[in-house]
Order: sequence, then C-alpha cells, then structure tokens
Amino acid sequence: MEGGFGSEFGSEFGSGGAGGKLDPGLIMEQVKVQIAVANAQELLQRMTDRCFRKCIGKPGGSLDNAEQKCIAMCMDRYMDSWNTVSRAYNSRLQRERANM
Amino acid sequence: ARRTGGLRAAREGRGGPGTGAAMDAPSAAGLGGADPQLQRFIEVETQKQRFQQLVHQMTELCWEKCMDKPGPKLDSRAETCFVNCVERFIDTSQFILNRLEQTQKSKSAFSESLSD
Repeated sequence: MEGGFGSEFGSEFGSGGAGGKLDPGLIMEQVKVQIAVANAQELLQRMTDRCFRKCIGKPGGSLDNAEQKCIAMCMDRYMDSWNTVSRAYNSRLQRERANM
Repeated sequence: ARRTGGLRAAREGRGGPGTGAAMDAPSAAGLGGADPQLQRFIEVETQKQRFQQLVHQMTELCWEKCMDKPGPKLDSRAETCFVNCVERFIDTSQFILNRLEQTQKSKSAFSESLSD
C-alpha cells in the first residue's frame, strides 16, 4: 500500500469504522504524536549539524568551555530562527491566499 | 495544453511551496479508504507536514545566510534577514515555476506547428 502511514491503517479502517476493532480517533491521535516526534527529531538533527559547524573548529579531545557555551547559545538562536521563519512563512501563505 | 496542466496546477497552489494550499486530493484518495473523516485527517496532516518541512529547509538555508556567530539573542538585523530570506525563497520558487511554464508553452507551440 502506498503512502507514508503504513498498510495497517487501510485494512483496519476498511472493516467497520466506529464499530470496528480500532478507534479511528485514537489512531489519529497516535499519528499526530508520531508526526510531532518526527518533527522534533528533524529539528534536533539540523540544529546539531548547524551548531557543530558554527561552534567546533578543529575537533579536540573534548568539548571545551567556549565550545559548550557556543553550542548552548546556538541552540537558542536556532530555535529563535526557526520560529521567525515559521511566522514569516505563515504570513506569506496568508497573503498569498488573500490575493487569490 | 495538457503538458502544462501539472505546472498550472502547481502555480495555482496545488503543489508549489509558494502557496501551500496544496490539497493533493488524488494522492489522499487511496489512503483512508471509505472513511471520509480519516481521509480529511490525512489531507490536513499532509498539508501541515509540507509546511513544517519547508520551515525546516528554509531555517537551515537562511541560517547560513543570516547568522554569523550565535549571540545571546537574535538581533533585529538577523531577524530582518530571516524574514527577507523566506520571502525571497518563495519568490524564487514561484519565479522558477512561472518561467518553466512559459518555456514549456513556447516549446509546445513550436512542436505543434512542426507536426502539421
């Protein structure tokens, strides 16, 4: 079965909706949680990548104090940036829809 | 005309990142089967994910362009840069779609006259 949600959804929903063995509402909630987890993981992975590039020069035997401080600040700034981008993109989408 | 149909659909908001109004009804129809509630859920979540993915992507791109050394806060110059960056990225995407559609149109007009 195509799609990103797995074949188990299709077969279980086919057999009986609300009276079937699985509650669609519960499954939707579980899917939402999985999506949120996936997004958090993606954010963390990209943040790690960017902050490593910004804060770590020549890799030493351990993370020194300056590097740790940089990483901490970088994390916060990356979150700020993510939020700014999210707001800006949302505004643009609303403007586009208003112009349609 | 059918050749540019997909591009026109993208420009009208059913695919490009510039609008995000993409519903993609054909791809959601296979999932969820007969349950309209589930089908609607999938459409909504898919659209939300498309938005999220682009935020992830643009944050990374704009970070490289707008952030020098991470400081104690996001200063206003960097913030402005991020906002501009998002707008220009969407503009770029729309520009590419539009120009591609134009070059497709002129190509099909040319090949149509050839086949006569």
